Amino acid sequence: MNRTGLLNKLWEFQNKFGYISENAIAQIAQKLNVSKIEIEGVVSFYHFFHRRPTGKYIIYLNNSIISEFKGFQQIKAAFEKETGCTFGCYDENPLFSLFETSCIGLSDQEPAALINFFPFTNLTAEKVKTIIQQLKNGNSLRFISSNPTSKIQYLPPEDKTIFYRKYEMGITLKKLKNHTPDEILNLISAANLEGRGGAFFPTAKKWKSSKDSVSTKKYIICNADEGEPGTFKDKSLLNNLSGLVIEGMIIAAYISGATTGFIYLRAEYLHLLEKIENTLREFQVNNLLGNDILGIPKFNFNIQIQIGAGAYVCGEESALIESLEGKRGEARIKKYFPTEYGYLGYSTIVNNVETFAMAARIIELGTHFISTIGTKESKGTKVLSICGDVAKPGIYEIEWGMTMKEILHLCQATSPHFIQISGPSGICINETEFDRKICKEDLICGGSIMVFNNFRSITKILENYTAFFKEESCGVCTPCRAGNQILHEKIKKIKKGICTIEDLAEIKEWGKIIKLTSRCGLGQFSANTLVMALDKFEGYFNQKIIKTNENLNVEFDMEAAVYNYDSLIKDTQPPNP
Amino acid sequence: MKTSSFKIDGRVCTAETGLNLIEAAKQNGVFIPTLCHFKHLDPLGTCRVCTVKLNSRDVAGCTVRVADGMEIEVNTPELLDTRKAIIEMMFVEGNHFCPSCEKSGDCPMQNLGYETGIKFTRFPHLFIDRITDARPERIVVNQNRCIKCKRCIEEVKTFDGYNIFYSINKGNKTMVSIDYEQEAKLSELQAAHAMHICPTGAILVKGKSFSKPFGDRKFDAIIEEKTMSLNPVKKHRTTTKKKIVATTSLAGCFGCHMSMLDVDLGILDLFEVIEFNKSPITDIKNFSKHCDIGLIEGGCCNTHNIEVLREFRKNCDILVSVGECAIWGGLPAMRNTFPLEACLKESYLDSMTSEENETIIPNHEDIPKILNKVYANHEIVKIDHHIPGCPPDSSHIWNVVKNILFQEEYSIAYPKYKYD
Ligand SMILES: Cc1cc2nc3c(=O)[nH]c(=O)nc-3n(C[C@H](O)[C@H](O)[C@H](O)COP(=O)(O)O)c2cc1C
Ligand code: SF4
Ligand code: SF4
Ligand code: SF4
Ligand code: FES
Repeated sequence: MNRTGLLNKLWEFQNKFGYISENAIAQIAQKLNVSKIEIEGVVSFYHFFHRRPTGKYIIYLNNSIISEFKGFQQIKAAFEKETGCTFGCYDENPLFSLFETSCIGLSDQEPAALINFFPFTNLTAEKVKTIIQQLKNGNSLRFISSNPTSKIQYLPPEDKTIFYRKYEMGITLKKLKNHTPDEILNLISAANLEGRGGAFFPTAKKWKSSKDSVSTKKYIICNADEGEPGTFKDKSLLNNLSGLVIEGMIIAAYISGATTGFIYLRAEYLHLLEKIENTLREFQVNNLLGNDILGIPKFNFNIQIQIGAGAYVCGEESALIESLEGKRGEARIKKYFPTEYGYLGYSTIVNNVETFAMAARIIELGTHFISTIGTKESKGTKVLSICGDVAKPGIYEIEWGMTMKEILHLCQATSPHFIQISGPSGICINETEFDRKICKEDLICGGSIMVFNNFRSITKILENYTAFFKEESCGVCTPCRAGNQILHEKIKKIKKGICTIEDLAEIKEWGKIIKLTSRCGLGQFSANTLVMALDKFEGYFNQKIIKTNENLNVEFDMEAAVYNYDSLIKDTQPPNP
Repeated sequence: MKTSSFKIDGRVCTAETGLNLIEAAKQNGVFIPTLCHFKHLDPLGTCRVCTVKLNSRDVAGCTVRVADGMEIEVNTPELLDTRKAIIEMMFVEGNHFCPSCEKSGDCPMQNLGYETGIKFTRFPHLFIDRITDARPERIVVNQNRCIKCKRCIEEVKTFDGYNIFYSINKGNKTMVSIDYEQEAKLSELQAAHAMHICPTGAILVKGKSFSKPFGDRKFDAIIEEKTMSLNPVKKHRTTTKKKIVATTSLAGCFGCHMSMLDVDLGILDLFEVIEFNKSPITDIKNFSKHCDIGLIEGGCCNTHNIEVLREFRKNCDILVSVGECAIWGGLPAMRNTFPLEACLKESYLDSMTSEENETIIPNHEDIPKILNKVYANHEIVKIDHHIPGCPPDSSHIWNVVKNILFQEEYSIAYPKYKYD
């Protein structure tokens, strides 16, 4: 067994025994010649690995803000009532274990949960009761689980649709036969393709860097870890067009000379595994994967799937690579690009699911076609996942340049007020910005739009975000690990209603420090929305502030501070004679 | 050897190309603070206290290799403050009770606190319950002090190459844990090395942590008459009349008051220019005049402390928190990592000296109520200045007071600036 196989090995134990025992850790440590604490360190990093026995059914209920607003609390209570278990506890119930988990990519069907990774969507207390009863009766999860497919709500006119048009396996790849890698790279470059995973790095530049690398081995990684709360566009692409994504990877391999590819699939999307595996098999059968692909001599490329184990930060490319290597998913220091020093030290291309799909379409449809769609700087279309207070949540393929107003109209948003663009790490916008266009020139969007109406508590939204970041930080650097915790405390203070104008100023200052000093994108963007919201929703926060006496200056909640004492004394008083 | 020419804060510097920036800066006489950086290890880049600007972008200095034409900023006011903030984060994330820490005086983190002039932390302390693990054979790991710098993970291995330390968990729950089996293989020398390389008091060797007496420790030895700067502080308007001073001890031990009296005969000179009003020193119980300055020892652990503190705020122009307890809770705040219920039960119901089956926690309407945790004074009222130390040196206290009241030049010798 290799170190790189560690995650799979741990999954084996987890699936077979419901947890990873002391014994299992000792065994693995011995095989890998490392100390037990090192294995323990990896196990404890991923929240789908358990160190204590779990029930036959592990239920993960999504606690994202979308779920929160759609009734998370009631569903949580329902699960506890029906199973007799408590969330987050290893209470040795042989049948059930309950855990909260961050967004599972079903934001258009919340509240939703995964039971042994089978999706259950649009939950109600009634439904929970039925599900638990069915499980107690021994019904098969496969039959009672929900269909997680997201509805495709909108496509541009047919002549402008890029992603969700007819797909035929292999027609794109045929073009590789008559073109050199350089020619193909030029097409990607001419189409100005930029990464769709959030950072919008020029794809051709990345691929060229790997192509030019002297690395003796090269890798292609498809980043299907889509963990940004509220985002599910990659899920939809993999569900509907997994072949297209794979073709994109093959194109990248053709250019760089990589022989191995990985799809790093988040465990939350295990329900897509079968489909993707089938597609891979078809590709192999048709000589689109394997050796001498398409009869091109020495064009050898194979793709493996690696299942993640529950860690948002593993979407960050260097953390992803660490995770693939069988380590804790800690972001690396930014000394090298992955194309210089990636998986096991070799040149590695990491791209988002949508980036690969788009690359394949560029080769298929030609750069001229692509260049007629979109805006000057953003060419083509963008896949968006839209959720929240809208009548039509789901997938939207839009032409770059569409205004926020049009989008809100399309998805039938009801009194939209606070809009989150690109997930909690992205930005928020207010009503004055609805004329802005989704494109590089104006409002860039990674693929998620969460709409909150004006009845939603902004404090609650922000509290949910900071809780998420504080838990999902990889924990390696001080500002992100400690800073997000500190910010979370601040939000709680606002919520308690004892926030002063100084508190708001401090949030901005501290957010900036975290942004500037954090090692990776997680810490660099975690405070973004929070800081932005203070300005964009100034009126809201002004109402939250209490004017303090100049001398006291600080607001102190005496009642809360003596609450514990009072109740303790009350409880320990002798009964009145 | 190729040399590179680059700029630090606008000054042209040279060093071997590819040299680590921390070393390169040092060769050119520029100090960049570090904690996780360790000579021969690959840069760890975990602590971030070395944050500098490289071509206008913030980066961890220890991860930079110098090259021609780099423009580096190190000592801009913004960067100085940013780095200070990172160290403050470490102080609030862990539980650093320097006065009771074996490493005090030998601790690079504490020393950076001094270097960057931290008097109090802008962030509230998190007071998370963390364990002190004495199960290993040779060493004790105190999680209250670990800053997760990873030095020990990279540097300390058994002879046969196994890790002894490793990170576990993630997010805010991340900690650096120990492998008991491997630790048992450590030699005495290796264990001492582990303690030595840890930049905090998180790793201690059993029976060895006090081998060097306080006062003779690494950072005690700095003799040069370096002085600490005073944060800009509200100065008191000058008038000729005698200044009126009030003092009180809240949740403190009177140690700070003892230190005030440690000026010995100097107190007579003080009496020439100040008079005490409400203070244990005069035993004046109630304010009879408005005061120019109030010196507060101790933080707030009960409702009475809060009342007194608020009264001081009303009656004093300038309020100074004196000592660690006043600044952030100090030793009494050791209870902050436990629920109040556990503390009171332990003291009154389950202690060795409590009656069997005792059920009553002493209380009376005249006894102040105990707060759910010990609060720093600046969490209750506005505090104008903080004087660190446990207790602060006598000269430190009075120098600050004289500076505030009479604009006397403030100088406090570096070795007198302490958290313990
Ligand atoms: C905390 C964090 C999480 C990320 N999560 C994802 C993700 O789930 N999927 C993704 O494609 N990129 C994610 N990224 C961006 C990747 O680091 C990387 O930029 C991207 O995969 C590159 O592909 P692209 O150029 O095709 O966008 C994340 C970045 C950070 C900092
Ligand atoms: S910023 Fe956060 S996620 Fe990134 S390396 Fe630092 S601790 Fe890890
Ligand atoms: S001496 Fe160092 S390790 Fe010990 S409490 Fe102080 S700062 Fe922390
Ligand atoms: S124990 Fe010491 S050396 Fe190890 S990570 Fe913690 S602070 Fe660093
Ligand atoms: S010294 Fe550079 S990050 Fe710690």
